[in-house]
Amino acid sequence: MANHERWDHCLIYKLIETGASVLDLGCGSGELLGRLVKQKQVCGQAVEADPRRVAEAICCGVDVYQKDMDRGLPEFKTGAFDYVILEKTLQVLYQPMVVMEEMLRIGKSCIVTFPNFNYREVVGTLTSTGRMPVTSSLPYQWYETPNIHLFTILDFLDWVDEHGIEIVDGYAWSNNRSWPVDLPADSREAEELLFVLQK
Amino acid sequence: MTDPLNAVTEKEKGHDLPDSPRSVGWTRPERALLADEDTPLPLDCGENLYPVTVEFETYGKLSAAKDNAVFILHALSGDAHAAGWDAEWEKHKRPWRKDRPGWWDEMIGPGKAFDASRYFVVCANLLGSCYGTTGPWETNPRTGKPYGLDFPVVTVEDWVRLHVRLQDYLGIEKLLAVAGGSLGGQQALAWAINYPDRIRSAVIMAASARIGAQGLAFNAVGREAILSDPCFHEGQYYQHEPPRCGLELARMLGHITYLSQRSMEGKFGRRFQNGTEPGYRLNKEFCVESYLEHQGRSFVQRFDANSYLYLTRAMDYYDAAGTGSGLEAACSAIKARLLLMSFSSDWLYPPEDTREVAKAMLANKKPVSYIEIPSDYGHDAFLLEADQTSPLVASFLGRCD
Repeated sequence: MANHERWDHCLIYKLIETGASVLDLGCGSGELLGRLVKQKQVCGQAVEADPRRVAEAICCGVDVYQKDMDRGLPEFKTGAFDYVILEKTLQVLYQPMVVMEEMLRIGKSCIVTFPNFNYREVVGTLTSTGRMPVTSSLPYQWYETPNIHLFTILDFLDWVDEHGIEIVDGYAWSNNRSWPVDLPADSREAEELLFVLQK
Repeated sequence: MTDPLNAVTEKEKGHDLPDSPRSVGWTRPERALLADEDTPLPLDCGENLYPVTVEFETYGKLSAAKDNAVFILHALSGDAHAAGWDAEWEKHKRPWRKDRPGWWDEMIGPGKAFDASRYFVVCANLLGSCYGTTGPWETNPRTGKPYGLDFPVVTVEDWVRLHVRLQDYLGIEKLLAVAGGSLGGQQALAWAINYPDRIRSAVIMAASARIGAQGLAFNAVGREAILSDPCFHEGQYYQHEPPRCGLELARMLGHITYLSQRSMEGKFGRRFQNGTEPGYRLNKEFCVESYLEHQGRSFVQRFDANSYLYLTRAMDYYDAAGTGSGLEAACSAIKARLLLMSFSSDWLYPPEDTREVAKAMLANKKPVSYIEIPSDYGHDAFLLEADQTSPLVASFLGRCD
């Protein structure tokens, strides 16, 4: 995904209002938040665990707090941000649900994106070859993947239902195209998903 | 003057010579009288001190709008000579400056982190130190003798109060940034808390809201070494032999706290100073012993024992959390953007302590940057990891600009 703009970045950029306060969890090199700060005057704060990426994000003009969010985020006050963002990170966390609950506590709204293990191509590769799928959204061999909690859109919806979380908005993406998601119809069509959640 | 032992203390790296485009070139110290009988400096201990002279240096040009000034804050053994080459080392009898540039030359200069072609950089010697600013070595006008231990106990907050006077003297309403490591980082934090409207940003390295009990203990032993030196004479040694042994010991102890276990292993290990076999003797057998002794000996050539007592005491007293309300409440006053940098192997100001300041900022819903830089250099990393810290500082300042 190096050279073309990430679909989730584009969409999040559109969804967030000018001047909002935004907490970006696992900000990577800080491109998205840097752009939001510069072009939409958001009040931004990022969290990132990898010191090399923290350094890159600081150089990108973002305020970054180095922290492994698996250890919780008690330093952030309840309702402190308009938006809390977690992009394609849920599946690499040791305690994804703890982090989700923290997000919903800290943010008035949360934006989460993740790869869907029920995507047609993923399931197809698994069943036809009998081997772990390697796709554009899951680009790793089994022995080098950071993804320790892979799940499907249906798993996610179960969790959302059980915890009384409201889905405010949702989008699916595959084949370089994104659209407002229709569930469960799109459960095999979406390679990646983006949801705006509130509690 | 090139000393092989010193070469191991600093990163093996050529200095930028005075004619280098990256050097601020030749520098000259300036002095300003910032407190007299009519305008004494109120100190935390209750005294009103005068006269107070401050030695400082500046690099680069102050912009017409006076909005590009960066104040560099030095640590325990530092001085106002932060960058470039001292043109007046002979005049002020500072021979140790002959062969080396200022203490943060790697960070200050045209094109460097504190870019002197863009910013007006100021550095001033601390009150109680021994490099031109009023301190215990100076003659007390009321007795005609050096102050010695009659010098009042000063605090980090006193230093900042005095340096704000220098800011006024230079006609700078708001500094673009204050920046420092170790004790310098504590001043930067104190500035952000006590003078929120006088700075726009603060760069705080290898420092925290307070030093821990372990740090207090090391400082106490260092002072005890000086106080118990037979040459100390209640601090009135200026006419005699100074307490060299005591100060040397204090510095040796200090150096242990500036390194890390890994950097000591890497530099010295268990190597013998001479040969590869034990000599079955008690003095100077291992490389690490020689290193510490060398550090102690060179320090006593350039530092005042009384200043060591006063500066370490200020370091002890500093507690950004104050006596009651706590760090979160203290940080609620901050308006500056903060860049906090800790170093993974620093055990004098451990990363988790620096993180507390970041947490207090976040609890106040204030943005903050906090990074733990991987380094084996221990506390000294803030001086030695310029390659890692420079791009961060440069970007951060560029954003605050």
